[in-house]
Amino acid sequence: MTPTDPEPTGTIGPLTDTPRRVAILKKLRRRPTVRGSVIALLILIVVVMVAPYFAPQNPYDLANLNLLDGRLAPRSPMMDGGTYWLGTDDQGRDMLSAILYGLRISVMVGLTTVALATTIGSLVGLVAAYVGGFVDAMLMRLVDFILGFPTILVALVLLSMLGRGIDKVILALVIVQWAHYARIMRSRALQERHKEYVEAAANLGFPAWRIMLFHLLPNCLGPVMVFATIQIAAAIVLEATLSFLGVGVPVTEPSLGLLIANGFQYLLSGDYWISMFPGLALLLLILTINILGDRLRESLDPRHA
Amino acid sequence: MALFILRRLIQSLFVLIAVSVVVFFAVYAVGDPIELLVSPEASMADRQAMIARLGLDLPVWQQYMSFLWRALHGDLGNSFVHGIPAISLIVQRIPATFELVVVAIFLTCAIGIPLGLVAGLYRDEPLGRGIMATSILGFSLPGFWQGMMLILLFAVWLGLLPASGRGETVNVLGVPLSFFTADGWSHMILPAINLALANIALVLRLTASGVVEARSQDYVKFARAKGVKPGRIVRRHILRNILIPVVTVVGMEFGSLIAYSTITESVFAWPGMGKLLIDSVYQLDRPVVVAYVMLVTLIFVLINLVVDVLYAVLDPRVQLLAPAN
Repeated sequence: MTPTDPEPTGTIGPLTDTPRRVAILKKLRRRPTVRGSVIALLILIVVVMVAPYFAPQNPYDLANLNLLDGRLAPRSPMMDGGTYWLGTDDQGRDMLSAILYGLRISVMVGLTTVALATTIGSLVGLVAAYVGGFVDAMLMRLVDFILGFPTILVALVLLSMLGRGIDKVILALVIVQWAHYARIMRSRALQERHKEYVEAAANLGFPAWRIMLFHLLPNCLGPVMVFATIQIAAAIVLEATLSFLGVGVPVTEPSLGLLIANGFQYLLSGDYWISMFPGLALLLLILTINILGDRLRESLDPRHA
Repeated sequence: MALFILRRLIQSLFVLIAVSVVVFFAVYAVGDPIELLVSPEASMADRQAMIARLGLDLPVWQQYMSFLWRALHGDLGNSFVHGIPAISLIVQRIPATFELVVVAIFLTCAIGIPLGLVAGLYRDEPLGRGIMATSILGFSLPGFWQGMMLILLFAVWLGLLPASGRGETVNVLGVPLSFFTADGWSHMILPAINLALANIALVLRLTASGVVEARSQDYVKFARAKGVKPGRIVRRHILRNILIPVVTVVGMEFGSLIAYSTITESVFAWPGMGKLLIDSVYQLDRPVVVAYVMLVTLIFVLINLVVDVLYAVLDPRVQLLAPAN
């Protein structure tokens, strides 16, 4: 086909109609683990959104707390007739309410971090692949440098210098995570870089930013999105871990990591519920995301198709 | 080979310099370094002496050069809390951390590789599926919480093992080690499991996917067609080929286990360098934090270098120098 040939060689339908995509979705829906984790995740998201309306107590309104109710075992009666289903912590805070509020922070930090890191990383990867040469080399050395160290260490050291705060935690997590996306996006974009549609767009005189954002990007998003799913879980664990270590969110925020840390000192005297239940909630959240990410990766992997 | 090692050495040097620049600007150049480097109780005279000694009245690049010069001589400042050089404080803690990491690596290989082999060989059967599903749980468990649950189960409820501390040590060539006492092992086993669990899941999955891929290769089909016994196919043809990536990953995990030991050591009050880092962050003991970062970077750079060279030695297909393009 010469460039002057006006006849299209075939029509390309919208992406949602491709047989491969339909087959993947069908296969995913049949897996009971996928169904289970989608349902669990939906329930968690709903719970997180409506938590303030049905949590038995606002765990951060000090007027609500009664120190005399401190460290009560699960299913203890409340002063006003209710029940502490999951017990209370040392300050008389209802664990169930604290967990519901804690999940909000976890989900918020996880989603914000991944959204920012995906955006920054993808753009850097795109630019590196499209521009190439010296810019590419420099950006990729920076990526290698960051990925050369374990995330927990970089985040820990960053936060030890930045101080506490949700915004600082998110900043530190974005700094450690964006490089992954840059690497994935670059390798994907390099495969697409010399395909005909990119050349065609360049020949039409489109500016580089338009080719990158509207032509390259949509065709490179797949692997980035699969990775992003799993990274939400990673970000949530990191936030909880950093808060547990005392460098994450400030003590005024109901982070799951802080709740678990709070119960640590009472663990040896057998008050298991203060640490155990927030941990179980955290585990459930991470597990459902990881199972989904794993199945997604598996079904997109051509070797398993 | 020599050229490859030389090139990697130069790269490593660049990484070290880059980290030193980042650390220097983070601690010395942002804000008032004297606030970070002199303890709040110091007198005015002490402060003046410190400013003169550190050359804080000099231009930034001169300050950096003198920081680098002192770092090269092992002088990264004295700990505010302990009053001794930060480097020697950390070096004292290295054996405890390394001991824990070595046991965790051993557990990783001893449990992860066999389970991965089974999961890969029986991929479509309940056994294999079960192992793979459990492995997702393995790397989903938040490390710090999982450690606390180990304490709850084995120390509080069952009363079988001690909850924290390092226990009795024996000096071997002047280095205190827990390997040689029963008490030492009883203290070490829970933290080692805690540190190893996520890694076991990682190595398990890596081994399993390697087995699945190797099984469909022609040389395995040919061996089977030739009538080689299944056990021998697994040992000689499959395992040998998948061990190279597994060994590489385990080697690199050595470094990240040192980093993750900060969590384990905090949970189990294990007196290693990770616990020291967390304590120093709490107490705003900046020289120790700086010294830790520099030392761990050095360890990391060395590990990566050794792993790269070993990889090239183990696998003859790896090209040491990428062809110029």
